[in-house]
Amino acid sequence: MKARKKRFIVILVGLGALGLASWLVFNALGNNMSYFYSPTEVVQKKAPEDHLFRLGGMVVKGSIQRGQELTVRFAVTDTANVVNVEYTGILPDLFDEEQGVIAQGKLNSMGVFIASEVLAKHDEKYMPPEVADALEKAGNMKTDVPAAELQNDS
Amino acid sequence: MIPEIGQFALILGMVFALVQTVVPLAGAHFGIASWVAVAKPAARVQLLFVAISFIALSWSFLTHDFSVKYVAVNSNTALPTFYLLSAVWGAHEGSLVLWALVLSIWTTSVTVFSRSIPPVTLARVLGVMGFISVGFILFILVTSNPFERLVPAAMEGRDLNPLLQDIGLILHPPLLYMGYVGFVVPFSFAIAAMLGGHLDAAWARWSRPWTHVAWVFLTLGILLGSWWAYYELGWGGWWFWDPVENSSFIPWLVGTALMHSLAVTEKRGTFKAWTVLLAIFTFSLSLLGTFLVRSGVLTSVHAFASDPARGTFILIFLAVVVGGSLLIYSWRASQIRSYVHFDLLSRETGLLLNNVFFVVAAISILLGTLYPLIVDALGIGKISVGPPYFNSVFLPLMVPMVILLGIGPLLRWKRDSFSRIWPKIWLIAVISLVVGPLIPLLAMGPYEIRATFGMMLAIWVLGATLKSLFEQTRGRGFATVSRSFWGMILGHIGVAVFIVGITLTSVYSTEKDLRLDPGDSYELAGFKFQFDGTTKIIGKNYSGTKAKLTVTKNGKYIATMEPEKRNYRVQKQPLTEAAIDAGLFRDLFVALGEPLGSKGAWSVRIYHKPFLRWIWLGALIMALGGLFAASDRRYRKLAGRAKKQRAVTIEAVS
Repeated sequence: MKARKKRFIVILVGLGALGLASWLVFNALGNNMSYFYSPTEVVQKKAPEDHLFRLGGMVVKGSIQRGQELTVRFAVTDTANVVNVEYTGILPDLFDEEQGVIAQGKLNSMGVFIASEVLAKHDEKYMPPEVADALEKAGNMKTDVPAAELQNDS
Repeated sequence: MIPEIGQFALILGMVFALVQTVVPLAGAHFGIASWVAVAKPAARVQLLFVAISFIALSWSFLTHDFSVKYVAVNSNTALPTFYLLSAVWGAHEGSLVLWALVLSIWTTSVTVFSRSIPPVTLARVLGVMGFISVGFILFILVTSNPFERLVPAAMEGRDLNPLLQDIGLILHPPLLYMGYVGFVVPFSFAIAAMLGGHLDAAWARWSRPWTHVAWVFLTLGILLGSWWAYYELGWGGWWFWDPVENSSFIPWLVGTALMHSLAVTEKRGTFKAWTVLLAIFTFSLSLLGTFLVRSGVLTSVHAFASDPARGTFILIFLAVVVGGSLLIYSWRASQIRSYVHFDLLSRETGLLLNNVFFVVAAISILLGTLYPLIVDALGIGKISVGPPYFNSVFLPLMVPMVILLGIGPLLRWKRDSFSRIWPKIWLIAVISLVVGPLIPLLAMGPYEIRATFGMMLAIWVLGATLKSLFEQTRGRGFATVSRSFWGMILGHIGVAVFIVGITLTSVYSTEKDLRLDPGDSYELAGFKFQFDGTTKIIGKNYSGTKAKLTVTKNGKYIATMEPEKRNYRVQKQPLTEAAIDAGLFRDLFVALGEPLGSKGAWSVRIYHKPFLRWIWLGALIMALGGLFAASDRRYRKLAGRAKKQRAVTIEAVS
């Protein structure tokens, strides 16, 4: 086989693979992206009504209701507005009131956010950047714990 | 005093890294032998000082020196000694010191195993490694000093994150870093070769064993991370396509491509420019991985608290390293063209396609990982890309790749013909098409097309790999087979085992979140889980609840499972300690949720996961293959016998 023809075929295969990959990538991106909305944006009806999205904020103090079954209800706030969330299943260890949380799911017709997934985090100091941003926008950012408090902890 | 010694040693380490960069590179450039000779001792002294610094930090942990901020935040007097040491790399600052230490260990290893390398080349290699070291130590000293004092000193430490108090996390970071950082060696060899203008087969031969070893470490590191996430995070998943996981997987993919491409460059002298580029990208992606994990720009289920100022530093450093290497590359690229030709049907083409698939897969994962960051930076909105994206992009790319994997090793270098190959593979193809559907049909319960497909691929890989072993040994026996060839065989068998694992686990796993009262039972996949209630437990630095479940199958006792819910006293952090009954063919997994009501009921998560262990077993076999390849005789012979060597390598085809 001539070198030129060979090179042509190699380039063709390469372009084919690249084409396949880009088709896969854009197809998959379109279907599997979810946008992040703060409670304020949800209340202002900026969030989609029929598509999965992520809701983030702080869990409102005293809002966690556990029943006899697995469904848990709680409210998420960015300090300006509140959205009620319902989740059926086992919550991650670090889920607690007044902690940052990100939930993925959809709004139902009553305006309650039905979460299919609640995200965990690795340590109690961590604040998801989206949540930090949403809180900042709402004008009330929780400040970091100063190092001097270390002593009081123990 | 000890922390100050540690910090001072780190500064001295950087000074010697600087000497190791500037003097040998200048010496190599101007041809001054005495300057070239500085490289080795400078590298070893650098290791000495970085090691002193690391030991000083470990000492501060062992002696509970809470006047050191990093120790106060990540340790506690109640922490078991075992974890005091792993706490050293439990958080950002210390893990960077580990990074620097690992880098100097690799550098010093190069000085030890480099007798066959000309001093000038070695000086350039060590110079490049020294430059990376300067950058990293500077990063530690400027943005993340682990020896920073806390005034006044804390009375007691805040304790290590409970998730990290675990054997998996003691080993995971060092192994991962050995892998990440290990790719600095082929990178430095590539840059050194370009600086010197000699990009020949010798360069590839020097790089290969190092690349194999780094790859083995990275494979094991990822494996341990996956295993840890499975049993410790309490979710029962083994891979989440999480950005942090991706940032270790992307270098792995490109590193795998590099390993295969180096083979072609060594044996055939082709793909030179491409291999150099891969070496640059593998290490750059490792750096990018460090940046992504440590900068705090990612929203990840894995994310730890971190500081964006650090991100800026790594980003600049990354730009210097990638930009600098590409500049050298563009300056030299025209001189490293290959002149060896090969036919369309040849092993070269097979390996080229292997590279195309691995690199394209890496790029698409990189894209999915970075896309949310790009969108955010452009101010369009905040998005996240979920696991389905990665599955639907990665899997279709791997299928042709795996089919190719069977044929590749059977092909001849340079030229082959379809009529020679076809008789070797048709029977294996038929067997995999026939037996593939039988396994899910007969052994696995409900028939699933995805399982059939996965089994076909696994049998195909296994069959074709055994076939190439048979071809290699026919008439010659096993004694003549080189370790490098065994490495390939094991690596590919590992792939087959891995495919079985992910296919059957993904298709046939069942899970259930449910409420259980004491005395209740629930049946999942034929296993009956009986909840016998809970008891209180008290550990050294935690207290909690332990549940007891008795598992039976058709009335026969299988296991007693005791998942725990712990509360760590200092961090006030709850932790789910799942109970796992592991087996070669199935795992049972039980995790406790929360107490429900006042009568002792709990929410419980139960999993049945068939063939889960095969995923890690496959990765383990792959890593073993890497070790075999790295320990091939011809690399060991290299030392001092460079000439006689050449004949052997041409013979051994692998």
